[in-house]
Amino acid sequence: MIDLLTIFVLAVFVGFEVVSKVSTILHTPLMSGANAIHGVILVGAILITGHAEGGVELVLGLLAVFLATVNVVGGFVVTDRMLEMFKGHKR
Amino acid sequence: MNWASLAYLVAALCFILALKGLSTPRYARVGNLVGAGGMVLAVVTAYAHGVVHNGLLILVMVVLGTVVGIPAAKAVKMTAVPQMVALFNGVGGAAAALVALTEFLAADGDLLFDLATVLTVLIGAVSFSGSVVTFLKLQEIMTTRPVLLPAGQSLGIGVAVASVVLSAAVLTTSSTALLVLLALAGLALGVLFVLPVGGADVPIAISLLNAFTGLAVAASGYVLGNTLLIVAGTLVGASGTILTRLMAQAMGRPLTNILFGAFSPRPEVAHTEEQRTVRSGTVEDVAILLGYAHSVLVVPGYGLAVAQAQHAARELALLLEARGIDVSYGIHPVAGRMPGHMNVLLAEADVPYDRLKELDDVNPGIGSVDVVLVVGANDVVNPGARDDPSSPIHGMPIFDVDRAKAVVFMKRSMRPGFAGVDNSLLYNPKTTLLFGDAKDSLTKLLAAVKQV
Repeated sequence: MIDLLTIFVLAVFVGFEVVSKVSTILHTPLMSGANAIHGVILVGAILITGHAEGGVELVLGLLAVFLATVNVVGGFVVTDRMLEMFKGHKR
Repeated sequence: MNWASLAYLVAALCFILALKGLSTPRYARVGNLVGAGGMVLAVVTAYAHGVVHNGLLILVMVVLGTVVGIPAAKAVKMTAVPQMVALFNGVGGAAAALVALTEFLAADGDLLFDLATVLTVLIGAVSFSGSVVTFLKLQEIMTTRPVLLPAGQSLGIGVAVASVVLSAAVLTTSSTALLVLLALAGLALGVLFVLPVGGADVPIAISLLNAFTGLAVAASGYVLGNTLLIVAGTLVGASGTILTRLMAQAMGRPLTNILFGAFSPRPEVAHTEEQRTVRSGTVEDVAILLGYAHSVLVVPGYGLAVAQAQHAARELALLLEARGIDVSYGIHPVAGRMPGHMNVLLAEADVPYDRLKELDDVNPGIGSVDVVLVVGANDVVNPGARDDPSSPIHGMPIFDVDRAKAVVFMKRSMRPGFAGVDNSLLYNPKTTLLFGDAKDSLTKLLAAVKQV
């Protein structure tokens, strides 16, 4: 319990630190990239579905797997497409 | 030694590197790929290590999700990226809520477990329905103006109080029915939260909902006792909060003003309904204006991007430059639908970066600019943002184009811009309006300038 809290607190600081000085040009891709990363809920969705025994749990879990996959895959692909636009341009 | 935990640790590192990379243009693309790699590692680990039943069904759903996600992400136009991000965020929030709900059905936990479940379901539901509303607004399926329900404020407070009461009730009774009710309250809360957010502020709401989803994921990590979800979710929650603040700063407004601005009564605008006249010109008038100028500033907006008029604008700029006229582009940080969006759109059109100037480079010398060509931009040149305290966009930094010698305003109609705010620049005697599609007008202008 305290371990998980420690991890949480440390991650808060890392999160603040990592994007504290990003330039406006990258706000849109960064938002999209962060969006893709929270799609990691896919891991949770797979874990609960992998243990699901009742029918309701199974259906809800599978729906979560589907939605989370869309989030992950779509998020990374859109971000990559945006960043591709910046290639070859130097400021 | 648990190899799965080690794999999750590596994945978490990948996510940190991805966010770090995304904050500098140089490593952004690599960073995104590292993040995707971390995700693949995490998913494979979860599948190999945690799946007892239903393996095949899970695979089918992953394949289905991929089959839906990739084409959607590939097909979306760059102009429509903000609403796509909103949708992806929404499904992520829904997934988090579903995960917590399912785990709640399957396992009996202690109070902390229930608390994390309640948080995940509530935040996930808010994020989902809020994102759907932002999508509808950005797609212009519904009005982009703030929507104020009668008694919206009391309704919002009522639902918020109901959510707190329901949360407490779930914690004491562990009742599934009450948890489902809480999810419904969360859905209503998300809608009520985003409805009053207007036009240009919608992206800020998306960014905040994105951070919310991150927190929901972190809370679900606690429900499942999975450190990777806690780390990744918290990273997104924290970085998303900072990003939201940075975006609000780019618009020159405090965050609270954006989120609760529509709730607080605004001083009534003294509508001067005296016949305000606008001056609309012909392409030839404008061509003469441009042909005899020494310096021209182009201020592109979303309208230019939608009309795919970047290339026409560039050709016109080249022609003017060939005549010895100094041409530059003024890029507002929030031009487009999101902060930084215009940079993405112009990068797509290969507009040379060295001609792009920011607010601080342009405004000090704007008085000596002969002609400002506003192409499909509205809110970023609205003097009301500077002069009119009652304007919803008051405080947002703008290009002071009303101080230039002449302004040509290319617009499709007199309809106000995305923020739904009337623009006094249109009625300025210095302003010439050129109605029509941006690409069409620019092409005609190009031909006319050749004749001058």
